[in-house]
Amino acid sequence: MIRQKPVDVVMIGFGWTAAIMGIELADTGLNILALERGAWRDTSPDFTYPHNADELAYGIRGELFQPLARETVTIRYGVNDTAVPYRQYGSFLLGNNVGGAGIHWNGQHYRPSPEDLVFQSHMAQRYGQKFMPADMQIQDYGVTYDELEPFLEQFEYLCGTSGRAGNLNGEIKEGGNPFEGPRRKEYPNPPVHDNYGASLFANAARSMGYKPFPQPSSNASRPYTNPHGVRLGPCNLCGYCERFGCFMYSKASPQTTILPVLMRKPNFELRTHSHVTKILLDSTGKRATGVTYIDAQGRQVEQPADVVIVSAFQMHNARLMLLSGIGTPYDPVTGKGVIGKNYAYQMMSNVNVFFDKDVAINPFMAAGSGGNVIIDEFNSDHFDHGPHGFVGGGYILGGQTGGRPIQQLLVPPGTPAWGEKWKRAAKDSYLHTTGVQTHGSVMSYRDRYLDLDPTYKDAFGQPLLRITFDWHDNELKMTRFLTDRAQEIANAMKPKQTSQTIRKPGDHYDIRQYQTTHTTGGVIQGVSPETSALNRFQQSWDVHNVFVTGASAFPQNLGYNPTGLIGGLTYMSAKAIRDTYLKHPGPLVQA
Amino acid sequence: MYTRPRRRGGGLLRIIVVLSVLVIIAWVIAMLFPGGGGDATAKAQEVTPDQVKQGEYLARIGDCAACHTAPGGKAFAGGLPIASPIGTIYSTNITPDPDTGIGHYTYGQFERAVRRGIDAQGHTLYPAMPYPSFAKVSDQDVQALYAFFMHGVQPVKQEDRAAGIAWPLSMRWPLTYWRWLFAPKVGPIQSAATGDATAARGQYLVEGLGHCGACHTPRTFTLHEKALGPNDGHAYLSGGESDNWIAPSLRGELASGLGGVSDEELMGLLKNGRTERSAVFGGMTDVVQHSTQYLNDEDLAAIAHFLKSLPPNRQEQALTYDEATHTALASGNASAKGARLYIDNCATCHRTDGHGYGQVFPSLAGNPVLNGENAGSAIRLVLHGGTMPQGRDAPTQFSMPAFRERLNNQQIADILTFVRSSWGNRGEAVSAQDVAHYRDLSPGGQPLMTGYDPRQQGPDTPGPDADDQSAQPVTTK
Repeated sequence: MIRQKPVDVVMIGFGWTAAIMGIELADTGLNILALERGAWRDTSPDFTYPHNADELAYGIRGELFQPLARETVTIRYGVNDTAVPYRQYGSFLLGNNVGGAGIHWNGQHYRPSPEDLVFQSHMAQRYGQKFMPADMQIQDYGVTYDELEPFLEQFEYLCGTSGRAGNLNGEIKEGGNPFEGPRRKEYPNPPVHDNYGASLFANAARSMGYKPFPQPSSNASRPYTNPHGVRLGPCNLCGYCERFGCFMYSKASPQTTILPVLMRKPNFELRTHSHVTKILLDSTGKRATGVTYIDAQGRQVEQPADVVIVSAFQMHNARLMLLSGIGTPYDPVTGKGVIGKNYAYQMMSNVNVFFDKDVAINPFMAAGSGGNVIIDEFNSDHFDHGPHGFVGGGYILGGQTGGRPIQQLLVPPGTPAWGEKWKRAAKDSYLHTTGVQTHGSVMSYRDRYLDLDPTYKDAFGQPLLRITFDWHDNELKMTRFLTDRAQEIANAMKPKQTSQTIRKPGDHYDIRQYQTTHTTGGVIQGVSPETSALNRFQQSWDVHNVFVTGASAFPQNLGYNPTGLIGGLTYMSAKAIRDTYLKHPGPLVQA
Repeated sequence: MYTRPRRRGGGLLRIIVVLSVLVIIAWVIAMLFPGGGGDATAKAQEVTPDQVKQGEYLARIGDCAACHTAPGGKAFAGGLPIASPIGTIYSTNITPDPDTGIGHYTYGQFERAVRRGIDAQGHTLYPAMPYPSFAKVSDQDVQALYAFFMHGVQPVKQEDRAAGIAWPLSMRWPLTYWRWLFAPKVGPIQSAATGDATAARGQYLVEGLGHCGACHTPRTFTLHEKALGPNDGHAYLSGGESDNWIAPSLRGELASGLGGVSDEELMGLLKNGRTERSAVFGGMTDVVQHSTQYLNDEDLAAIAHFLKSLPPNRQEQALTYDEATHTALASGNASAKGARLYIDNCATCHRTDGHGYGQVFPSLAGNPVLNGENAGSAIRLVLHGGTMPQGRDAPTQFSMPAFRERLNNQQIADILTFVRSSWGNRGEAVSAQDVAHYRDLSPGGQPLMTGYDPRQQGPDTPGPDADDQSAQPVTTK
């Protein structure tokens, strides 16, 4: 075992949250080390045009994703099933390399609704605790929207998020999201222009009395210089966002917003090809002493550190906590324990909208998030859930994120899957098709959790993470309700034809179908060590010099994309570390 | 038949003998009278911390690191290969290490090396060291530089690398004659008679430490700059060539020079490597990265002011933006030669209106680089791509991709011909032969990576096929 020189802060995984932590802590002068198991990647030379727009390489074969042959997860539906490995990418896409999933996201940049952060209290107060099914275990974050607002803003100004405020200091603004929490400042950039499909959706939604608004997007609508002096390019609507690196420097990522400054800090160091296997604890088990990792040469390395920031992807965070023995593993039988608790996902549905040839959608002109239009009437608790008998909701989106030939070519229902008729239908519908999509929440449940698989191991001999997850009735009800609303709007767009993709009662969770990479929970934050792994500052209740960032902290999944909230929570945690923890190392919240 | 060659051979022998004698005389003269002036025993001033700091600033202006720090090497320890017409030479260790660096140099020896091109042994330096320019650096500034290199630089033990030049060209003494002929005398600094103190400061920096003329002034066949200052004629800074990059004119030509560039733009280029409409590339990238971004605003303003005072060497008409290209492209008319290729390869960043995006992707419309006679720099940029330097207030290093594998010579020629004649640009057509010349040259360096890309030293391999490699442990001894 090689022993490296101690550092002040070690970060495990170098994606969005580590980059934010790194830049926020760098000015303290502390020695900060980021360990990334993947390789260095940057706009140039890795994502340059036209190589970046190779759908087969990136979209299908997943060049930017974690190689599953070396490490994957196993999945089962229920606590009595045997899990099997996730061997091919389908349902969710694990990031890899510097920048992580922040490279291949779409750029949807939302804030949570104020009630999302105090969801259990809010729902119990409005509808009574009995409204929730007995096995639903939703919780509060321990943070309120007002406390988090400055940090949400900070992240938007880092990314150059493009959008239109709907609630400025309590004043509802025309054209924005009237349901959002109050924001102190307008978005740093105006919205990306609506794509044509989105504008048809907006007109239809408006005619039905809804309040459509441009999707907040970290695809910069114009060149933008962020507070670090880092400049982003303008989005050119090329349609290659999700699964792809951005060649225009316009999709916010650690590379396009932070790394040009952070990488030059003399007290910051990045080591790529460094695969962390464990967080080390002292003899009391109350203090982390560093980490062990396997370096590019395959050697075991011990890296002593005073503070450990677990900043890998949600699933990896949970697995590392379990492998390191930090916090009590969750037990679905007793409901006790916290690590692995409250794994949740997202519930999506689609209505594909086919027009005649007189409606030119031109789907190739699109961005991952910019240019699409949203209605938020049925998200969070923006409407009275009482009559509907489910918890949660989601937004409804109109428009499209691209017109890629393999994965985004839609044909009307009834078309054969191959052959001459398929070809003709593809040719006829390609330029004239858009979509309406619902993006819904998934609550947390007693029997939905993460633990270590008893059978399968990764390339280094460590047990894989096991996911136990399937749909609950609540989400199936929610998606039916939301999809019906989506279909009504789609019909009002006066299309030639529509088709629907929805998960129905009796459907199992299908890992072959891509929905989102918004997996959450496992190392959740909250108000009590009995029910959460982390306090409101994302600090481990058990080991005070361990902080765990990312969506692993979400107690349940909300109806929005997670990145905006992840960024806000990370900034809040970074400030607590910088201003308080470093001066007085110890628990930031007394249990 | 047989006698003629013998007679000729006898004549040749005589010529050889005469030449040899002349060469030996020349050698003896060069050894006996190395000249150059200066006092090798001169003492340094009392060193103060301020002076060391000032010396560091001046070393930035002189861009000493550009040559004396090799990529990935220790600061000022030398070893950078520099291509010259007679072979590759390597920059020397100028850290204060007494054995392998210049730690044993007296102030006088240092002064003679910097301003007169003579090392401690009395050898003449290769004029890759711009001592003809540095001759115009003041005593006070040379003192500060000495203080910095003796007290502000970490000594590094690293032997100088021998030049890769074959005998007889490897002999140093003939350089003495070059120096006698072409290096100016070191004398008191002449202030401009105009009374414009800002221009005088700018001139001092541009002519002296900045050694801008080393690239931007044309050279004669004997490789000396045609002019070393504005008083030597309009050749001064009228455009040169360096390391196969075309260095544009810094005089007031309205199309291909700085005639249409404001003081503020010039300052922005030097400070950040980019402005609202343009960006530096090629050899200037390193100059901004290592030198000009560190200059204070006063000096930047002085440099801009001085350069803007230089009258044009060629009379040109000012460029005016012509909407016709944009109108045609926006209406779907790509019939102009190269227009379609431009749309497919260039327009997403540089746009159909040729304006690009401010501080991100440079404007092609009205860009002096595209309106000069020689399109070489643009050809190289299209072939091999480029990356902006890190600027003082601009940490993002935007890259232009390399098109050498995507476009053939004719296609690149067509694109550049289109770009050089659109939006009011008036550059001449580019031929496939022009492109072929630059395609065969080495692209040099790693122009597509940022300065902080760890792959320049590490095991990561760029490109989408790197995953397999990154997955496999790399064994190194």
